[in-house]
Amino acid sequence: MDKKLEKIVQALQEQFGSSVEEFRNEAHVFVKAEQIVDALTLLRDKFEFELLSALTASDYYPQETPRFHVIYQLSSLAQNITLQLRVPVNSDQLKVPTATRVYDTANWREREVFDMFGVVFEGHPDARRILNPEGMDGHPLRKDFPLGYEEPQFTFNYDDIDLKKIYAKE
Amino acid sequence: MAQIEEVGYEQYKHLVSERALTGETMLLNMGPQHPSTHGVLRLLLELDGETIVNAIPDIGYLHTGVEKNMEAKTFLKAEVMTDRLDYMNTTGNNLAYCMAVEKLVDLDVPERAQVIRVIVTELQRIASHLVFMGAFGLDLAAMSMFLYCFREREHVLDILEMCSGQRMMTTYFRPGGVWRDVPVEFESAVRSFIQMFPKRVDEYEALLTKNPILLDRLVGIGILDGKTALSHGVTGPTLRASGINWDLRKARPYIGYEQYDFNVPVRTEGDTFARYIVHIEEFRESLKIVEQGLEKLKKLSGQPVLSDNRKFVPPPRAEIGVSMEALIHHFKFWTEGFPAPKNSIYNAVESPRGELGVYLEGDGGPKPHRVHMRTPSFDNLSVINKITQGHLVADLVAILASIDIVLGDIDR
Repeated sequence: MDKKLEKIVQALQEQFGSSVEEFRNEAHVFVKAEQIVDALTLLRDKFEFELLSALTASDYYPQETPRFHVIYQLSSLAQNITLQLRVPVNSDQLKVPTATRVYDTANWREREVFDMFGVVFEGHPDARRILNPEGMDGHPLRKDFPLGYEEPQFTFNYDDIDLKKIYAKE
Repeated sequence: MAQIEEVGYEQYKHLVSERALTGETMLLNMGPQHPSTHGVLRLLLELDGETIVNAIPDIGYLHTGVEKNMEAKTFLKAEVMTDRLDYMNTTGNNLAYCMAVEKLVDLDVPERAQVIRVIVTELQRIASHLVFMGAFGLDLAAMSMFLYCFREREHVLDILEMCSGQRMMTTYFRPGGVWRDVPVEFESAVRSFIQMFPKRVDEYEALLTKNPILLDRLVGIGILDGKTALSHGVTGPTLRASGINWDLRKARPYIGYEQYDFNVPVRTEGDTFARYIVHIEEFRESLKIVEQGLEKLKKLSGQPVLSDNRKFVPPPRAEIGVSMEALIHHFKFWTEGFPAPKNSIYNAVESPRGELGVYLEGDGGPKPHRVHMRTPSFDNLSVINKITQGHLVADLVAILASIDIVLGDIDR
């Protein structure tokens, strides 16, 4: 790991008791959901991470705890380093405080994560879907959301699938 | 309130000003079908006379679920999806994705392939900026710009077709190198382009840069300061026009950009004109890189363009007939694909529009567990409401053209 990055990761570990993983010279720091705003503010103000490059999530279904990781990819222009924060979220507690007050980028990016994964960002000023249509059911990037193929019916699951068909509801 | 209820825009209530609720300002849709929105973008404008109070973008009309689709394909097959994101910068998207795969599985790329990648990516950058320049002119009623720019773009697309067989959806770069070596006539075609193009850039400048009508419409319009830009995640030429010298090719050199001599054009004004000038200057810088790339390519002639790590790269056709291992690798590669470690990486490159990042996560199998494309246009567009407030509707068209959005890149 980069020397400059090491110092920052140490500071995060001391303040938030977070664990760190390293892979291909990238540092992934795990932070609890309630600490994320403080962590981002600290990184922006003290360690010059001016740019929130990406904000996304990953689904680990069928694992339930933690089912999701919300991922914050930060860049520092002044020091030319990057850092990734990961916030594990359980499926029964799908809430993360919003980062819109720290980075303006988070506004649209959090809307996207909500749209695609259904993670709720508490205190978001404009919590609507962004890419998918307003009245849509479900969150497409979840692993239990089908890709759009028709599920093949066999004798053992014929009735189950039949019940889900549109004509069954009429 | 009256107007909002009448049109059924309940969901936008918290985004418009209070004057819209009383009916003092007007709500007007611009798009989704509008020539100057560069695709299918809907802007909900709140207007006071002809002055913009709020411009609320509504995106997603081109959403095709690329990220979800990529999860269902092997690493190699998923690459064709990346072409369709930012359709003005197809090889650039391939590059970002291939580099991400190479980083995830730890794969080396031969030097000749790196040089080809640099040349083709820079040509693509020129082609993308040409579309920018053409559409920019078109939006400002300089129709001839569009025709000239597309004439030159055709040269670049011909070169891409020469390399990959495709004008636009090339999929020319592959994890481990490039699909095949460039053909013999590649060098002369690129050389004739290099010879012709600087004069054409001068012509564009003669048409636009000192044109008083154009200057009136551009200077001081849509000012974006560096701090706001960074907070909104704006990158690329739009950020560099706001006085921040940040180019990933210089900051974190990849595919050998550190060996090339080029400048990063930066302007401090942050207005529409500055963004236009940065694009013009990037034409010349890209040409410099292409020229140096050709010299390097000459020195490396005859060298391989694909890695020889058979776990991640298919064996050459000739080898399959004589080698049992090659046949096994060939079979395994095309049926099963190659596995990637259960971990994640983030890799970013400088696309013509800004930081194009790929978050790629493997799960030990041959398909990606999660791919996220951090597309620059998405964040660049999010700043539009801030920089258009107080300007006229006609200025909005100029501003929108100057931040160079591609809707395929935004909606994914």
